[in-house]
Amino acid sequence: MRRRAGQAVVLGIVVAGLLGILGALVVTAQALGTPEVVTLEVFLLLAALLVVLFTLLTVVVLTLVWLERKQLGRMQSRVGPTRVGPFGLLQPVADALKLVFKEDVAPGTSSKLLFFAAPILVFVPGFVVWLTIPFARDVVVRDLDMGLFFFIAMSVVGIVGLLLAGWSSGSKYAVLGGIRAAAQLISYEIPIIMIVLTVAMMADSMSFVAVVEAQRTVPYIAVQPLGFIVFFLAGLAEVGRTPFDIYPAESEVVGGPFVEYSGAHWAIFFLAEYVNTFAIGAVGALLFLGGWSWPFGDLPTAAAVALFLGKSYLIVTAIFWVRATYPRLRIDQLMSLGWKLLIPLSFAVVVTTAVQLFYDWPLWTLPVMSLALLAVPVVMQLRMGRRRALADARRFAERAVVVEAQPRPQRAQESGA
Amino acid sequence: MGLVLFYIAGAVTLFGAIGVVTTRNVVYGALFLLVSLAGVAGAFVLLYAEFLALVQVLIYGGGITVVILFALMLTRTAEYEGPGENRRWPLAAAVSIALFSLLAFAFVSDAGRYNSATRSAIDVEELGRVLFEQWALPFEIVSIVLIVALIGAVVIGRAGPEEDEPEPGPGGAAR
Repeated sequence: MRRRAGQAVVLGIVVAGLLGILGALVVTAQALGTPEVVTLEVFLLLAALLVVLFTLLTVVVLTLVWLERKQLGRMQSRVGPTRVGPFGLLQPVADALKLVFKEDVAPGTSSKLLFFAAPILVFVPGFVVWLTIPFARDVVVRDLDMGLFFFIAMSVVGIVGLLLAGWSSGSKYAVLGGIRAAAQLISYEIPIIMIVLTVAMMADSMSFVAVVEAQRTVPYIAVQPLGFIVFFLAGLAEVGRTPFDIYPAESEVVGGPFVEYSGAHWAIFFLAEYVNTFAIGAVGALLFLGGWSWPFGDLPTAAAVALFLGKSYLIVTAIFWVRATYPRLRIDQLMSLGWKLLIPLSFAVVVTTAVQLFYDWPLWTLPVMSLALLAVPVVMQLRMGRRRALADARRFAERAVVVEAQPRPQRAQESGA
Repeated sequence: MGLVLFYIAGAVTLFGAIGVVTTRNVVYGALFLLVSLAGVAGAFVLLYAEFLALVQVLIYGGGITVVILFALMLTRTAEYEGPGENRRWPLAAAVSIALFSLLAFAFVSDAGRYNSATRSAIDVEELGRVLFEQWALPFEIVSIVLIVALIGAVVIGRAGPEEDEPEPGPGGAAR
């Protein structure tokens, strides 16, 4: 009974904290958008919008979970969930209910307050990004002048939450996972910032709406194919999806920062992961696929929203596809991919775009330069890959001889003795 | 309402700052620092310096706090139990008080010029123009300072030449 009461108190604190954070965010968003006096009506309206946004995102997450399981199943010659509801559609709902009713345990070695605060610190920044993501021209909570920058700033804050989740769990694997998360996310934040900067330079604005308006005729993926590839890869790493799921890697750190979490708090992490995945899809659609616009004139709002969601789901589907296809990288491979390939490429993208803009070169020079830059690592990889493979094979051959020449008589002696 | 919000931001900043120096746990200290910096970001928002607020969140809230936490988790935090182990704290206190009084004096004596109620939001475009035209030289000098710090970190971070020899092949990679 006392434990129940304790849980209720913790839950109350968590809910109150969440509400407080959301309130602060509403005020922040308001102050960021317009330098006007914050009235109570505006505050309430924004709060209502936030609730709507939250509900919408929860539904999106539920569909994403279903989509991922179904898609992975199909790609691996399985059928995926089928039992709960038609086509297994209600499976995620059932899972969510199960998680909510599960006992929420904190390890005795953990620091309780931080342990329960960390999921919120991870979720809230991921959620807040959606304040400024437009679903169509007028369907947006607040179109900030610095929307792109807001997106970057908020995605960095989540790292602290992961690090804290790892540390406050008071378990070795969790700490290791938290440190991995910090190293990985900080590294891959740089290419994302550079690519977002490139897009801002081309659109001459940092507002998402303006970026989409600038892509009315040609989406930026046709202008900056390399930029999109770098953004996609860095985005995968940023949300810790499969080839880059180094920090929650089950076979190495048994779930990383999330090892000790169960029940509702684990569910918040889960929610955050999918919200972030969808955010990468949505931002990718806005920055590179032209968001809600298409080249044949204006669309009615409903169709525009549908188009935008379709494009976002397309990118998310590609993320799941990658998960079904590739195994996890090692941590050193992850780091060298980030620092030796994606970061130099992203800098090259920024520089070429700046040159093109400064000297007013025609637009077709950008995709040409982009593809030429893309060719550099591909050629290097092909050449170096062959050389490295040959060297590896030679070493293996040498070792194999050594192994066969020496230990046999020893083994015979041991077994004899 | 703006004034109330400003007091809230100030209280959050102060609360965090006091927490940093009084807590016995270094990780909590880093977190209090985050709270304090977030309060400063809030104050920036209320002064219509949105860009600065976001920079504050990105650089200090994200970058610097993460690096501090990262370093703390890789070191033995148990060795730094008490807050008052530094014998030269009077010197630190004197410097802090001197700096505080200097800044307070500067702000109070100059308060008339910076009336936040009459100012509107600063355009990012305008900010960039001023930064790269009027203040281009100081900006570049700051970049050089950062580059020096970066190179220094790489030099210190590199292991000695005898340990550093990379072992090619799968054995080396698995290490």
